[in-house]
Amino acid sequence: MSRLDIKMPSKAQTTVENLYKDMERRIAASPPGLCPVDMSLTFLQLSHAQTCGKCVPCRIGLGQLTKLIAQVLDGEATMETIDIIEKTARSIVNTADCAIGRDAARLVLDGLEGFRDDYEEHVQHHRCLASLQTPVPCVSLCPAGVDIPGYMALVHRGRYADAVRLIRKDNPMPVACAYICEHPCEARCRRGMIDDALNIRGVKRYAVDHSGLVPNTPNAPATGKKVAIIGGGPSGLSCAYYLARMGHSATIFEKHKKLGGMLRYGIPAYRFPREKLDGEIESILSVGIEVHTNVNVGTDITFDTLREEFDCIYIAIGAHTDKKTGIPGEDSKNVMSAVEMLGAIGDDEMPDFTGKHVAVIGGGNVAMDVTRSAIRLGAEKVTCAYRRRTADMTALPDEVLGAIAEGAEVMSLAAPVRIEADENGVARALWVQPQLIGEMDKAGRPRPNNAKMEPVRIPADIIVVAIGQGIEMAGFEQSGVPVKHGGTFVAELSGQVGNMENVFAGGDCVTGPATAIRAIAAGKVAAANIDEYLGFHHEINEDVDIPNPELNNRPPHGRIDTTEVEACQRKCNFEDIEIGLTEEGVIAETARCLRCDHFGFGIFKGGRVEKW
Amino acid sequence: MVTLKIDNKVVTVPEDTTILEAAKSVHIDIPTLCYLKDINEIAACRLCVVEIEGHARLVPSCDNAVAEGMVVYTNSPRVREARRVNLRLLLSQHDTQCTKCTRSGNCKLQQLTTDYNLLGEHYVKDLKKTPDDYSNPVVRITNRCVRCMRCVQICDKVQGMHIWDLIGTGSRTDVGVGNFRTLSESDCTFCGQCITHCPVGALQERDDTGRVWDALADPKKVTIVQVAPAVRAAWAEHYHLDPKFATAKRMVSCLKEMGFNYVFDTNFAADLTIMEEGSEFLERFTHRDQYRWPMFTSCCPGWMRFVKGQFPNYVQNLSSAKSPQGMFGAVAKSYFAEKIGVDPHDIFVVSVMPCTAKKSECEFPNLNDACGDPDVDVVLTTREMVRMFRGEQIDPAHMPEQEFDSPLGSSTGAAVIFGATGGVMDAALRSAYYLVTGENPPADTFTAVRGMEGWKEATFTIPGAGPVRVAVVSGLGNTRRLMNALQAGDVSYDFVEVMACPGGCAGGGGQPIHDGKELAEYRGDVLWEIDRNMAVRYSHENEDVLKLYHEYFEKPLSHRAHHLLHTDLTQWKMPTEK
Repeated sequence: MSRLDIKMPSKAQTTVENLYKDMERRIAASPPGLCPVDMSLTFLQLSHAQTCGKCVPCRIGLGQLTKLIAQVLDGEATMETIDIIEKTARSIVNTADCAIGRDAARLVLDGLEGFRDDYEEHVQHHRCLASLQTPVPCVSLCPAGVDIPGYMALVHRGRYADAVRLIRKDNPMPVACAYICEHPCEARCRRGMIDDALNIRGVKRYAVDHSGLVPNTPNAPATGKKVAIIGGGPSGLSCAYYLARMGHSATIFEKHKKLGGMLRYGIPAYRFPREKLDGEIESILSVGIEVHTNVNVGTDITFDTLREEFDCIYIAIGAHTDKKTGIPGEDSKNVMSAVEMLGAIGDDEMPDFTGKHVAVIGGGNVAMDVTRSAIRLGAEKVTCAYRRRTADMTALPDEVLGAIAEGAEVMSLAAPVRIEADENGVARALWVQPQLIGEMDKAGRPRPNNAKMEPVRIPADIIVVAIGQGIEMAGFEQSGVPVKHGGTFVAELSGQVGNMENVFAGGDCVTGPATAIRAIAAGKVAAANIDEYLGFHHEINEDVDIPNPELNNRPPHGRIDTTEVEACQRKCNFEDIEIGLTEEGVIAETARCLRCDHFGFGIFKGGRVEKW
Repeated sequence: MVTLKIDNKVVTVPEDTTILEAAKSVHIDIPTLCYLKDINEIAACRLCVVEIEGHARLVPSCDNAVAEGMVVYTNSPRVREARRVNLRLLLSQHDTQCTKCTRSGNCKLQQLTTDYNLLGEHYVKDLKKTPDDYSNPVVRITNRCVRCMRCVQICDKVQGMHIWDLIGTGSRTDVGVGNFRTLSESDCTFCGQCITHCPVGALQERDDTGRVWDALADPKKVTIVQVAPAVRAAWAEHYHLDPKFATAKRMVSCLKEMGFNYVFDTNFAADLTIMEEGSEFLERFTHRDQYRWPMFTSCCPGWMRFVKGQFPNYVQNLSSAKSPQGMFGAVAKSYFAEKIGVDPHDIFVVSVMPCTAKKSECEFPNLNDACGDPDVDVVLTTREMVRMFRGEQIDPAHMPEQEFDSPLGSSTGAAVIFGATGGVMDAALRSAYYLVTGENPPADTFTAVRGMEGWKEATFTIPGAGPVRVAVVSGLGNTRRLMNALQAGDVSYDFVEVMACPGGCAGGGGQPIHDGKELAEYRGDVLWEIDRNMAVRYSHENEDVLKLYHEYFEKPLSHRAHHLLHTDLTQWKMPTEK
């Protein structure tokens, strides 16, 4: 016997480690709509297998909890069972010696709080409130419900124009989404169970880059109904597009010089090239939409006048006002908001940051857009100051990494406290207070607290505040459009605005700043419900024949990602930074699609919505 | 065309053909359980898996298309193993007390288990403990269900009712009634198409044979049985007898053998229905502005439940005439009771119907016009009647032919076609034409309403009355399309016949079950053939019906006819009605 041994994992241990990784991916790829009680039971069984067996609550208690929850699922429980489950779980939380037992029981308690109605439904009616409403995970997670397996198959066969037509059935902005969509569709891609989610956005980009000009399907006969759309961003454009295709007369009123909303006045050209945006808008307008730019509803024309002159109104004004930090010195010269800076860039009025030191406040995607734009405007140094840790930033990790690669300094755990200005009131520096990360808040994000350290001075000629946007309520609120406490309009899930029968609203102005695809989906939903409100039931469909799936026999294969132009080159201009997939890449990537529209639940409960 | 090899046979089939169908074309049978052509090709049971050269995993043959040069093996060692394992897995969740199951001997799972010689149990039995509900005409027995999803698909794709659905997720996933309802709370039409498409005994009619045995055993009861038109086209299928031999008259002998005092024919009541409904149509047609259009037939209880549940605004459009079963019951417990001098409360009326919804119809609370008791006491399906014959060890092959009893046993060719789609319309037009013109049209004038097409339209001109625009639909999915088109104003008709089951009663939910076969057309042809060979082919020429009017009802739509032969459908409610 040696006195000490070097630790080497056994074969069993190595295999189990791999299984853990497989399970992580598998849980991440859970289809939306599963029975939450059943999932709780399964997690509990996993947790129970982790117990060392020393302590009573964990060794025995978790086992009894699994039996009780199984009774609920098997229809053998009474309402009292739920009380016993709660009491037992509470006791385990209170008495378990370590996290294995305590947190396992906490999951049960969280479930009893979060979906008690489902427990009760199982007990009282032997059934579950959950159901797989949409059988295809990517489609169900796309706010607009785009037929993703359909266009994966089309792109695989080289039918790019058909792919664009199929996407347009649910989303009239395939190009925008090909470049900048946050692709919620990829989150639960079933391919993740095998290797990794499909690169859906990358495939879409290949399709739109290679489809050529795809004409729109002809409009339905004119109905004579007039709809005013306030705001020419993705939501307003989408709504106008579908209304025009249904035969209604759609008129957009846009406050800015040009259409596009945040796609133009928020998203920098290096992420979404302007000519692509202009081409997309041109395609949408080609279905026959009247446009009035430089018109501010509220000052140039009143909301009430529009209500009188049009049969229906869709409010989609987005979130274009800036939020203030409230720190001393914020009103100094050369302190600007992200909205101002990116707005000017959107109108091709490029500020000159040559040789300047720029400080950016914020940790979201907009802060990264500002940071990376500032670098491109010639800044000598750009520092992005953020209160929490880099990992806590709401910006996409790729955006943060991209900014760092382009030379930005990301200063985390730095809470802005004041702006120092010279005697002329011109900003000279941003002062930040170092932070210590603390306990989690209710949403599961850790709170930053002041660290016992001295404030730090960041010299800055220009300071950009990028901590969120608000909504311009003036002109609407006094006309009776209901407003929520948080500063957004109130609308039903149908888009209908409360008691104003011919008014609909959607997009950022209802949800608060969100993604393009959510705004597009809101426009689609509003168009459908406005059509019904106007007394019609036009159906939107595209006559695209989807190729049959190939045999479901696919060995694990790495995900094929798009690449980027190298940092030192891309940071000098506003040109597209992404290099799309190649033809061989897109063929291999689309072959990875598991065609959930056909295999699994899709073939049973209809993996395809052909019209809406 | 695509050429491939299956079990070393070269096969050439059109592109997009499934491997299963390609194999079938060269007489290679791949076993299936969930598969139902064009309706349920979802590869759920995984029994139809085959091995394809070059593919690591087995492939279900029902939902995968052939490819050029494919080499398929339908019985490789891997396939054999997989099929047996999957079958055993199905059996682990199946109540295998076959001896107590009405589908024993006619069960896909039982046949496969026997074919694959599966002895003993390999898996732990895993049955559910939730109780089954036997109160409705359609009964689902959970532990017999193999979750093949056929019922869900028939209800969705053919009948468009969306009653059955997959409930829950995960290991406890089950078939049940969707939208958080029970069957009793739902707007199910009880058409029974889910039953006739179930491969096992999970779905069946509520068995009411016990109540009939009790009545037959009760010396105080005068037992009367009526047999619906479509039953005679299907009743002997169990015995593999040709319908030409297995006539209605032979069925009469079997029923008599069981001990019924009177064996009558629903066809008699069908002729009576034509007199009432035909007269009603003419009354409406000649006073157009006083009625809502079109007029609908009202003999199908699945359709009655459908209108009330789905298109309640159209209830007024239904003919007020009772169905033939309803008219028969009312006449039996009034006119006939008087005639034989029996207290109608002592009369027990049994209907043998090709239908499960008829069980619900006889429970409509206002179908009690004759004496306050239900006009019809028990409805049996064709299947239940055959089960009763079997219980008596009656062998129809050796039974003689015997006439229906008189007077409610005589009928015309116009009555027997009630059992096929278009038949009611055809019969009604024959008599309407006569009632207007005083002359019979040739009996085969209205052939445009016959045939298996789901939605038929025609216009006939009756001299003196003008053109009559008619439509005939069968299957509730087709019916919904027609109703939507009517509502949207895309179509307009004067008279519409609706049958809930595809092909009409011949394909009814109470008919014998032959897995994977649709027999509505074949049975319908049997009925049309009977019509062609009848001496009398017009309802208004049924002597006993005319006598009934002469002795009792005076004339169609008379006061007494209204009381006994017509009904108000607003007097009862669907569970979904407020």
